[in-house]
Amino acid sequence: MEIEKFQYDNKIVKWFAYATIIWGLVGMLGGLLIALQLVFPVLNFDTPYTTFGRVRPIHTNAVIFAFVGNGIFMGVYYSLQRLVKARMFSDFLSKIHFWGWQLIIVLAALTLALGKTTGKEYAELEWPIDILITLVWVVFGWNMFGTILRRRERHLYVAIWFYIATFVTVAMLHIVNSIEIPVTFFKSYSYYAGVQDALVQWWYGHNAVAFFLTTPYLGLMYYFVPKAANRPVYSYRLSIIHFWALIFLYIWAGPHHLLYTAVPDWAQSLGVVFSVMLIAPSWGGMINGLLTLRGAWDKVREDVVLKFLVVAVTAYGMSTFEGPMLSLKSVNAVAHFTDWIIAHVHVGALGWNGFLTFGILYYLIPKMFQTELYSKKLANMHFWIGTLGILLYAVPLYWAGFMQSSMWKDFTEEGQLQWQFLDTVTRMMPFYAARAVGGTLYLIGAIIMTYNLFKTVAIGNFIANEDAEAMALTKSYTAHSKDHWHRWIERKPIQFLVVSLVVVAIGGIIEFVPTFLVKSNIPTIASVKPYTPLELEGRDIYVREGCYTCHSQMIRPFRSEVARYGEYSKAGEFIYDHPFQWGSKRTGPDLARIGGKYPDSWHYNHFIEPTSMSPGSIMPTYTWLLDDDLDLSSLKAKIKAMQTLGVPYPDGFAEMAEESLKKQSLEIQANLKKDGIETSSEKEVIAMIAYLQRLGKDIKTVSVNNTK
Amino acid sequence: MKFINYLQSITGIGIFPMISLLMFFTFFALVTFYVITADKKYIEHAKNVPFEN
Repeated sequence: MEIEKFQYDNKIVKWFAYATIIWGLVGMLGGLLIALQLVFPVLNFDTPYTTFGRVRPIHTNAVIFAFVGNGIFMGVYYSLQRLVKARMFSDFLSKIHFWGWQLIIVLAALTLALGKTTGKEYAELEWPIDILITLVWVVFGWNMFGTILRRRERHLYVAIWFYIATFVTVAMLHIVNSIEIPVTFFKSYSYYAGVQDALVQWWYGHNAVAFFLTTPYLGLMYYFVPKAANRPVYSYRLSIIHFWALIFLYIWAGPHHLLYTAVPDWAQSLGVVFSVMLIAPSWGGMINGLLTLRGAWDKVREDVVLKFLVVAVTAYGMSTFEGPMLSLKSVNAVAHFTDWIIAHVHVGALGWNGFLTFGILYYLIPKMFQTELYSKKLANMHFWIGTLGILLYAVPLYWAGFMQSSMWKDFTEEGQLQWQFLDTVTRMMPFYAARAVGGTLYLIGAIIMTYNLFKTVAIGNFIANEDAEAMALTKSYTAHSKDHWHRWIERKPIQFLVVSLVVVAIGGIIEFVPTFLVKSNIPTIASVKPYTPLELEGRDIYVREGCYTCHSQMIRPFRSEVARYGEYSKAGEFIYDHPFQWGSKRTGPDLARIGGKYPDSWHYNHFIEPTSMSPGSIMPTYTWLLDDDLDLSSLKAKIKAMQTLGVPYPDGFAEMAEESLKKQSLEIQANLKKDGIETSSEKEVIAMIAYLQRLGKDIKTVSVNNTK
Repeated sequence: MKFINYLQSITGIGIFPMISLLMFFTFFALVTFYVITADKKYIEHAKNVPFEN
């Protein structure tokens, strides 16, 4: 058999490595800014572009898709080539993939800052960018499969299975969750409404965690931990079970984000059961990673790469223990909507994703630059500062989240709520401050790493094309004596892709089929009517400003919530909500029934200076709502889009919408005037007030009628 | 407080969780069976793929 000579492409790996470092710093800086804004609201700078509601999605998108995204591609492009003994399929596709992804990131940052958002968490990007993501993702898949098909090693190592599952599942999630009706070039409405939208969104949201932040990184773990420890993975058999059980179970777990909401009970239960079962494969994977180091623990003391990898895998174990626990309804009732969840995700993001990326960077850069790391001392310093940063970040927030939740639920002996919502906010301040310190330490660590790697690059000698040789695959395959069905797919990548897709699609289909039947099964509430044109415009501003990042619109059926906010939320109330705005975090109070609670003038003054109405509030000021005129240019298109989505506006309503809008604006203007506020009726704040005053009111009229 | 407005009762919804659980266990059993009976030599080879270069 002839030995073939070829070269690995290190250049593309280097690019992705640089990108992950740079975007990592940017994403962390964004996170630090919003952490500080919670302590010092003045840091919102009173401009739309720098306000929490817009920066928070920039932070999450930057960290997930820019930092971790480039980290995935860095690791995949390095390990895949070596695992299949072939150069990447096409240098050209690699380049398109790289620059396409960076373009998406830049467009994402710009559009989110400008308030162009779909209002669905981690899927905020508007439809033209969604299409671009799809195209670039296809290029990635094409390049990956092209490489796999040209491989010189017949067996696909377990890491590659994780890469394939990532590719196919992310494609499915992204497409299904992004189905939307474009209104203008940068505005669309989610195809789904209310309960359906929530189910689809959290099926997506949870699996973005699963298949973007977890499976590709598990693939990297299965390559880089054995490489760094210089010994094979503890149990390859366990890794097979780990893989299949994990991808099968993960896809079902989404509804655990919606416990006690208006989502059907059976779907909630399904989410809980599968979430709890998830602990088994997750811990199987963690144990497999850690036990790879059996007999080599002394190396961990010496080798900084291993230090990072070990803490990463441990953090993975902690968050995947916590996740199933948080999915239990009783625990979720305490933790949901609080900062506990923020702590939970950051153990994953900072510990698992961050540290694994750092470990891989410390491993790859010296290797590709044929040199030693510039300073082991600095790398160790990074390790300790980073670890301390994670602890200082997470511990105060766990404490705070628990405290916050208890305060929300406290009643006096007389049966009154003990605390105003605002009390629970002001109590959070020291914890928020401590968290910001933790985040700062973590960022400092990353800056030290950047310096260290920069110096390493400077002294090193980069090999852009690394020589390698291997035997070509024989055309015909002679089966081993005991051949199994699984072996068959292990050497057939396309079949593997299809089987993975089937496995991940099952969960989605079973959860969705009944959900889509929901439309006809929703107990319609006769008094729930579509939004008026002015309210619809106001709602779009609510989405644009990212109000959902701090305010929920979902009252759970607990005594404490009903006492604080009013009647608990019903599925039938959200049938015209494209997209749903239930939110996932209550930095501020729930707004599901804010309508009619305060006079119009209260809201007006509150937008100018929140503390004037609620002393101690940390909400940013929204003065531009008072200055900017409401843009009506797409009103007609919006009404028509809503009609397409099944919102029962009468025929020809689009033509009359502006008239109706002006009439309602004048009413609000008159209301404000009564309280001594002079303003034009054409300002954005008028629409915003109209929307807020509508929230939750439909159902109130019913209860009033019933009691009569 | 009753959850009367939850959509508990789509006719025959109970079959969905049952199907899911059965599917998972069948699948899990198959994978486990394969893993237990897999050829040792082959597993050794697969395990060492990352070290062949």
